[in-house]
Amino acid sequence: MPAPHFRRSGAPHGEPPKTSGAHPRPAGRARRRGRLGAGLAAAALVLAAGCGGGGADDGKITLTVDTFSTFGYEELFKQYEAQHPNIRIKHRNVVQLDDYLPRLEKWIAAGRGAGDVVAIEEGILTKFMAQPDRFVNLLDHGAGSLQGNFLDWKWRQALTPDGRYLVGLGTDVGGLAMCYRTDLFAKAGLPTDREKVGELWPTWDAYIATGQRFAAKVKDAKFVDGAVNLYNSMLAQQASQTVGHTYFDPSGKLVAAGNPAVKTAWDTTLKIQRSGLSAGLKSFEPSWGTGLKEARFATIACPSWMLGVIKENAGAAAAGKWDVAAIPGGSGSRGGSFLAVPRGSEHPREAAELAKFLTSPQSQIAAFKARNNLPSSPQALDDPAVKSFRNEYFNNAPVGEIYAGGAKALKPLYLGEDTNPVNQRFEDALLAVEQDKLTPDAAWTKALADAEREAR
Amino acid sequence: MTAPARVRRAKADLPAPADRPARRRSAGRLARWDVKFSPYLFVSPYFLLFAAFGAFPMLYTLWVALHDWELVGSRGFVGLANFRMVLTDPQFWNSVWNTAGMFVVATVPQLLLALLLANALNRRMRGQTLLRMGVLAPMVTSVAAVAIVFSQLFSRDFGLVNYVLGWFGVERIDWAAERWSSWLAISVMVDWRWTGYNALIYLAAMQSIPRDLYEAAAIDGASRRRQFWTITLPMLRPTIIFTAIISTIGGFQLFTEPLLFGNGDMAGGSLRQFQTVTMYMFENAFGRFDYGYASAVSWMLFVIILFGSLLNFLWLRRVGGGKA
Repeated sequence: MPAPHFRRSGAPHGEPPKTSGAHPRPAGRARRRGRLGAGLAAAALVLAAGCGGGGADDGKITLTVDTFSTFGYEELFKQYEAQHPNIRIKHRNVVQLDDYLPRLEKWIAAGRGAGDVVAIEEGILTKFMAQPDRFVNLLDHGAGSLQGNFLDWKWRQALTPDGRYLVGLGTDVGGLAMCYRTDLFAKAGLPTDREKVGELWPTWDAYIATGQRFAAKVKDAKFVDGAVNLYNSMLAQQASQTVGHTYFDPSGKLVAAGNPAVKTAWDTTLKIQRSGLSAGLKSFEPSWGTGLKEARFATIACPSWMLGVIKENAGAAAAGKWDVAAIPGGSGSRGGSFLAVPRGSEHPREAAELAKFLTSPQSQIAAFKARNNLPSSPQALDDPAVKSFRNEYFNNAPVGEIYAGGAKALKPLYLGEDTNPVNQRFEDALLAVEQDKLTPDAAWTKALADAEREAR
Repeated sequence: MTAPARVRRAKADLPAPADRPARRRSAGRLARWDVKFSPYLFVSPYFLLFAAFGAFPMLYTLWVALHDWELVGSRGFVGLANFRMVLTDPQFWNSVWNTAGMFVVATVPQLLLALLLANALNRRMRGQTLLRMGVLAPMVTSVAAVAIVFSQLFSRDFGLVNYVLGWFGVERIDWAAERWSSWLAISVMVDWRWTGYNALIYLAAMQSIPRDLYEAAAIDGASRRRQFWTITLPMLRPTIIFTAIISTIGGFQLFTEPLLFGNGDMAGGSLRQFQTVTMYMFENAFGRFDYGYASAVSWMLFVIILFGSLLNFLWLRRVGGGKA
């Protein structure tokens, strides 16, 4: 699972001197990133991390699983515990990917603190692939025979080039679609049927034209949520359809300036923004969530995992009002994750078994049903239960067919080590244009210069 | 420190039986050691803890700052290269500028307000204790809660502040977009939290000013205002210096409020409009995983705070025109 979930919480983990305002405060709990309880949650996590991995007094083995966002594993954990009476599973979840990554990286670097099974998002996997020995080689635990359970490129992403070391097993992939609000579309006199909506916008230019029709009729809502989510989806789409990488080429060189996929995504996003179609909200921020709830925008570019995010934020009141159509410009892959067993695990054998179980086709089908995380297993993708799956919340859209249909044709994206910080600089520059602080040209120049700084 | 005096007195009271010289000598030695070392023993827990949790991390940070220290990977010694880079890093100086700006925007009105508040609370009135404790209420609120609530108040599309301003025909302000508006919003959070705390410190100091000064002034016909300027304020000078220095230290470490104002964005806005030095340090450590550079930034912050406090001290001393 991918991308940053909304509702970030807590204060930073690093704990710089927690003083602000006028006085050094009495030592506070706290973690970064905001929202309430997370401070405590983080403190608890740190404590938990300190004593994680140990056995229990009743002779059971406790396996700690670290995830972020939503993986839809709750039922699977119960099932596994029932089948393996000697195993107890402790699940630690961090809502925001941005909060999870630094913590994971610290754990892996220190060689302890991480759970027995950890979720690794594809953006960070590249970094870990450079030092596979920090993880248990899953080939040593019989994972080799499972190759057929995964899309070929998903399998190879977590395999060293010499084919001898398997760092992780794939969980999900991120196919793309476009979510839209049927009630707003009806208000604008646009078709609401998902087939017809998809036909409205074979290309991004057609999408803009549709947006202009929408804007002429509807004044209290914008056509699209904001530049950031649009850009990220478009970048994934353009890059996976063309060169197969975004800011970094497979040799690790920063190629943001010369990659036509980056420039196309950037230009198209700004064209949409300049046409006055954007609500100017940054995805996953609180006001973006409020905008979802208040129906302030009519479309969102929608990787499969986004469905859960929309449902969570728009709430029960919007049930049946969102629907899913094809995305302009064709499919692409955005996001996706792996499960790995860190070297520090005290029970590598049991942990590897659990990772194998959680990534099995059957488990991927269960996770898809729970959270719409698109399977990376061809068997799961072909499974009738997935193909025929409809999402009630999204006006009964056949999300199985929409996402799983194209999933096997998805092409992998190569992401360099510093993709996350570089991408943040591009997002910042887009925001600056939305805020009228920079012209598009100046923002592009700045994004490239800042990217150099991040890649240094 | 009255302990040594007491110990000395105890020694003088010791009986000194003349018939047992050996024992007397050992008792005397013990007593001498007691006098010599006990005080150090009594204060040592603080210094031991400080050494472990204050001095050691600080020196270790300096050591890290001299390296190209990545979380995973290289740890080569690079001497002062990190510091050289910090000094010419526009992103660093931007964060210094932001921090200094927010410090001024937040602290000056805050201390003035606290002074006025303390003066008001210093009078006789009903519900005195309740009111005095009331100003402390924001202090006991979690800073994260304060920051989240205020961030929502200052939200562009759905915020209460813009809603109220709308009544007066003011267009929606994107508080996070401009430098001035983000500084203002963050300063409001800071002041909300710390004004009451400073007011209580001033109040305590005011109450230690001898009443007879005011009585004498009143007899001479000085108005309340005059009394405030010529008696209260000069007598408060040491306290004001104290709060100014503490505010400098706190203000330059401003972190949680701006971070949460930007919804956890370590860069502090699209153009780093409100990124403080601690946020920049944090970004380098936990965004770029460049610990060496982050350590250099935190040492620069230490130097800046040292400098700022010193300037504050000298300036207030001069303004006060006497010994602090």
